[in-house]
Amino acid sequence: MTRPRKLIRWLVLLVVFHSIIAGAGFFAPYDPVEQDRDHPYFPPMRVHFVDAHGHLHQRPFFYPLRLREGSFDQYEEVTASAVPLHFFTRGPAYRLLGFVPSRLHLFDADGARIYLLGSDAYGRDQLSRILFGGQVSLLAGLLGAAVTLLLGALIGMAAGYYGGWRDELLMRAAELFLALPWLYLLFALRAFLPLAVSPLEAFILVVVVIGMVGWARPARLLRGVVLTVKERDFVRAARGFGASDLYLLRRHILPETASVLLTQAAILVPQFVLAEMTLSFLGLGVPEPMSSWGNLLASLQQYSVLVSYWWMYLPALAIVPFFLGYLGLASALQERTGDYKMEEKSSWSPT
Amino acid sequence: MRKERCFTWRCRITIGFFLACASFLPLAIKAFPRPQQTNAKEDLLTLPGEIGRSGGRLVISLRAEPKTLNPLTAADAPSREVIGAMQGDLVHINRATQLTEPALAKSWKISAGGLQYTLTLRRGLRFSDGHPLDADDVLFTFRVYLDESIHAPQRDLLIVGGKPIAVRKIDAQTLIFQFAKPYGVEERLFDGLAILPRHLLQKSYEEGKLAQLWTPSTPPNEWAGLGPFRLKEYVAGQRLVLERNPYYWKTDTKGNRLPYIDELVFLFVPSADAQVLRFQSGETDIITRLGAENFSVLGRQQRGYIMTDAGPGLEYNFLFFNLNDLGDKLSADLTRKQKWFRDPKFRQAVSAGVDREAIVRLVYQGRGSALWGPVTPGNRRWVNAAIPHSPRSQERARALLKEAGFSWSSAANGESTLKDSDGKPVEFSILTSSSNADRTKMATFLQDDLKQLGMRVQVVPLEFRSLIDRVTQTKEYDACLLGLASFDADPNSDLNVWLSSGGTHLWNPSQSHPGTLWEAEIDRLMEQQLATPGYEQRKKLYDRVQEILAENQPMIFLASPDILAGAKNSIANFHPAILEPYALWNVEQLYFRNGQENATR
Repeated sequence: MTRPRKLIRWLVLLVVFHSIIAGAGFFAPYDPVEQDRDHPYFPPMRVHFVDAHGHLHQRPFFYPLRLREGSFDQYEEVTASAVPLHFFTRGPAYRLLGFVPSRLHLFDADGARIYLLGSDAYGRDQLSRILFGGQVSLLAGLLGAAVTLLLGALIGMAAGYYGGWRDELLMRAAELFLALPWLYLLFALRAFLPLAVSPLEAFILVVVVIGMVGWARPARLLRGVVLTVKERDFVRAARGFGASDLYLLRRHILPETASVLLTQAAILVPQFVLAEMTLSFLGLGVPEPMSSWGNLLASLQQYSVLVSYWWMYLPALAIVPFFLGYLGLASALQERTGDYKMEEKSSWSPT
Repeated sequence: MRKERCFTWRCRITIGFFLACASFLPLAIKAFPRPQQTNAKEDLLTLPGEIGRSGGRLVISLRAEPKTLNPLTAADAPSREVIGAMQGDLVHINRATQLTEPALAKSWKISAGGLQYTLTLRRGLRFSDGHPLDADDVLFTFRVYLDESIHAPQRDLLIVGGKPIAVRKIDAQTLIFQFAKPYGVEERLFDGLAILPRHLLQKSYEEGKLAQLWTPSTPPNEWAGLGPFRLKEYVAGQRLVLERNPYYWKTDTKGNRLPYIDELVFLFVPSADAQVLRFQSGETDIITRLGAENFSVLGRQQRGYIMTDAGPGLEYNFLFFNLNDLGDKLSADLTRKQKWFRDPKFRQAVSAGVDREAIVRLVYQGRGSALWGPVTPGNRRWVNAAIPHSPRSQERARALLKEAGFSWSSAANGESTLKDSDGKPVEFSILTSSSNADRTKMATFLQDDLKQLGMRVQVVPLEFRSLIDRVTQTKEYDACLLGLASFDADPNSDLNVWLSSGGTHLWNPSQSHPGTLWEAEIDRLMEQQLATPGYEQRKKLYDRVQEILAENQPMIFLASPDILAGAKNSIANFHPAILEPYALWNVEQLYFRNGQENATR
């Protein structure tokens, strides 16, 4: 009884996280590409409820920062002027989920800029960039997983169901795919493409590449499942009644593979998010000024950033809850299918 | 022979004493460093400055391995830097004052018409292998530099008015250099022309093998120079070790023979960040070519070193558009874009829309200066102060674009798009070198600046070699952000950039005849200043060149970084200059305050 609840818990968690990223325009206070050239590498600001004199404020507020005297990168709060935060305000225009135009933002600071997670070298808000960057990274992961599973399911089912030379051919191809050094091939591929690719083209390229690379593992897995399922009595019976191959695959075999596919999806999505981050980190993902979790981390390749601005690591932390969510979901799914199999066995074995 | 006898004699007498004191000897050496005394017959150069102590081993990192130790073929910066410490020239430019000083030549005289230079060599000088130097070595050197089959990069500078310089020997110490036309470069010409040892090289030269000679792996006894240091050891992929040249021809004011340091070690450390780490951990003693961000990291965590901002250098960073006349090879896309790029108003508008002040502040953390022309404020003698430093102005940029026939259309989301007279949107890409974080950052600022003018710009970071290949060979690019560093303050060091026939005339290199009127005028002015003696006259001509460049903006000059360097506290006489080789220009005077302690490190 507790198991389905566990599954639902993980699902709810994931839905919440994804909604935050999907609603980045609402949760992010600023446009992610807007530069504030007076505030490069600004440290994260603290939100206060109690001011310097010990008075409790109704509204949360923050103190603007200024350079500490005699220093060029140490900031201190100017406690003389508290800037209150306002909620559900109108700010820069964005499109919710890419369609709905809106100007509503979760919070705003009366025209002053607040950097909850600091700013980058160009004075762009790190929080907004992480939220919008998540859209790119997560979407690439989800679409990549969808492409992979589709390819993997088609190839794996074909190989398992038809067997013979087709099986041999497809499985050897799968092994070849597993053996290729993908990262280096990608660098080579990038050299053949036109110099400047638009952000959309770059995104599609990343998704296609990630999707194409990953199909071999699910295909092999599905082939195994299909191999056992196709020998089951109800499949044989259906075939005996003259069912066509397509009908058998669709009606009897595919449903049997659903649990494996779902578990695979839950494992692949975070893997592919990480793959997108790797590509962007190396400069093969979406170009500046667009952000993705990978190219947000790319600035850490510089030693000076690495040792000076700790908030530049934050995008790496952003993926942690998503990974936890997906991996939790995967294990819950696995446990559920395990149970299902057990029940199946216990109810069927006596006969 | 006599030396040997002397040794045995002293040995016999002192052997007992020596054995008794053997254990104290190293201490005694440490306490009383013994400077090398000089010989009265030698005509040595006395350098003013702080008196140092002998000994020690100075370690510095080098970005790459020097490709060669042959001054005739060296073109890369690491090779030039190493060779600079190993070779001597007749007349030298003092990197701190930017003026010429006597070097191997004790004095020189220029004839009234400026056609004849008489140089007198110092007496009693020797190469690092002990072989004496005389006028024949100089004759040989110039014969080799002028030999077309050698392809020495310095050769172009030795051709004046289409004729090579003629060199004549008067006696063992005196030489006459004859010019076909007056030469504006004057005695600066001799700076960096390493005088070569005839006794080692003549045979290979006659066999035609000279250009392949003197790689870093050359055995030290087959190598000789006139610089403060000589070759000791080369470990491929790791380091090059130079040792003190005992025959060096400079002394300090107390008559101690320079250099003070016993060994100069170049470590090959490819990345700038790795160089910073090595310096921080104390593995290297001096760091140069520092970026502003690493400079402030080192400045913040000071542990036994001092960081110096030597002020604005000679590097200028700029954006340029593809203005090559490609004829049939031109793609339709680039033809359309070149219609905008060729319009000076378009380039002026881009220039007006660029926030140079932000680049200096954010890319160089304030350690740099904004540029409106190619001559940086660091080059005080040649900069044209009259060139207007117009601040960023979107209005002026928009007005210029409007005049040039561009218009704007605004999209639903409030963003306006710039359209050309055919109604096509203005989009182009900017190439930058992916290994240069500063320039990539500049390009990202440009991208945002130009977006506010309605231009859609993409930044394409590219590996440096393929970038250069695109710019100079295939010419498949829209625009490119690059930087150049003049090696000397004199305008002639950039001759190759401004002459339309030059290979570094980046926006349209190696033209057979100038493509535009203003390029023709620059060609004329540059050639005229080359043949004009006298600073004032030449300055007037070069000022005009700077004006034309500022007016036509073939390059949109952006900013120039300061020269930043650092050294351990124990290193004295450390005064980095803004000219190459920044911190090593006075390497013969550098010394360790704590004397020989470093030798045992």
